[in-house]
Amino acid sequence: MVDYNPSQRNLVGIEHDRVTNVSSTDFPGYYPGEDHAWNLDKFKENFKIQISYLTDLSSSFDLLGVDASIANAFRRIMISEVPTLAIEYVYIENNTSIIQDEVLAHRLGLIPLKANPDYLRWFKKDDPDIEPTDYDTVVLHLSAKCTTNPSAAPGTTDPKVLYNNANVYASAIQFEPQGRQAEWFPDGITPANPDILIAKLRPGQEIDLTMHCILGIGQDHAKFSPVATASYRLLPTIDIIGPPLTGDLAQKFKTCFPKGVIAINSNGEAYVKDARKDTVSREVLRHPEFDGRVKLGRQRDHFIFTVESTGAMTPDEIFIKSVQLLKKKCQILRKFNLRT
Amino acid sequence: MPSATNENEGTGSPEVPQEEFVDQEMADGEFEFDGEIDPNKIQILPGASEDGTAASFRILQEDHTLGNALRYMIMKNPEVEFCGYSIPHPSEAAMNLRIQTYGEVTAIQALEKGLDDLLDLCSHIEDEYRKAVEAGDYSTVEP
Repeated sequence: MVDYNPSQRNLVGIEHDRVTNVSSTDFPGYYPGEDHAWNLDKFKENFKIQISYLTDLSSSFDLLGVDASIANAFRRIMISEVPTLAIEYVYIENNTSIIQDEVLAHRLGLIPLKANPDYLRWFKKDDPDIEPTDYDTVVLHLSAKCTTNPSAAPGTTDPKVLYNNANVYASAIQFEPQGRQAEWFPDGITPANPDILIAKLRPGQEIDLTMHCILGIGQDHAKFSPVATASYRLLPTIDIIGPPLTGDLAQKFKTCFPKGVIAINSNGEAYVKDARKDTVSREVLRHPEFDGRVKLGRQRDHFIFTVESTGAMTPDEIFIKSVQLLKKKCQILRKFNLRT
Repeated sequence: MPSATNENEGTGSPEVPQEEFVDQEMADGEFEFDGEIDPNKIQILPGASEDGTAASFRILQEDHTLGNALRYMIMKNPEVEFCGYSIPHPSEAAMNLRIQTYGEVTAIQALEKGLDDLLDLCSHIEDEYRKAVEAGDYSTVEP
């Protein structure tokens, strides 16, 4: 059932057992007499970006006035098509640890590397004739040997004291600059988090390997995804319809929502303080005393994005790259001359 | 701290003088992924109408990311009677897009307009986002 009331058009209705009015209807011809044709100026007027917070590792920002298909395109691109650098080829000289070669190589691939992917070119994996160059491959080295610590007090059981190098952390990975990489990466290529535990060793065990890192995208392998996750949710709306709720009913109403969503004003009436904090658990719809007094919904064109980076790039860089990648997809198609 | 975003994308290191590896098209801001575009990237499927007002396109290496966004932009064109996309099989990286118009424009024109509109939209979003990051009106700690 579509609500034709213009003020309600943007709202996805949330009932106790269903959602209503889900699809966007702002297409020309849907509402007779109204003009919903694409108009860049009208879009610019209605479009807003509000950033809630932006740190090196995570960000939350709001996009208002776009359609779900566009917001979803950005989300999908952030997860799977923004290129990053990751370890791809592992050449194992010596591995006498208990971790199998392939398991060790798999773990190494998943380590996020702090590297600006713009400084590298793509490495064509499929062509057997192409050799890696300093433009497209970064070489890293990992070497760790575990020995007994002779000066450990007798009776200790802590492996950190008993042995040297029992735990191999990502901080042990060394960057070996090739060609001009020393100029391009003056700070070196390091893992985004040095405390990642790669393997545990005991005396006599050794790991000695060389790694080649190349650019890739999340679609190929999840290790290339620059985000821990990128997600969005729609802004929830809570409408108290009819007479305001007072007294005990207001208190009960307040407990049906997370803290901070509903507040009681000086008249003892419940009002919606901050719908954004709501997690839309629909608890209020389970109680018959609130039947017909509250309407839950979500605003269809207000997206609250949360982007968590793995450390290779800042979240704002990742989002900007995803917008540029969508542009690039359109530019590539636009270049074709289909009229032949 | 938001980092200063680098305008030069994918041209190799911006600090080092770029001799033989400068791809002039890239430096101009035009992108070529790998420098090789598949000539079969987009084809018109057989069965298009004579006057070109209805046609199906097959786009390779694309999925819902571009498909849904492009479908939305093409539907915003009042000359378009029908626009839909489908992915014939998830194992094949191909997407079919069908456009039918009322007759004033051809399907190809509608597709080109949809792509242009999507480009405008993305450019605007990018500008606004950069402005919002520069404005600094947000917290730099995670709540």
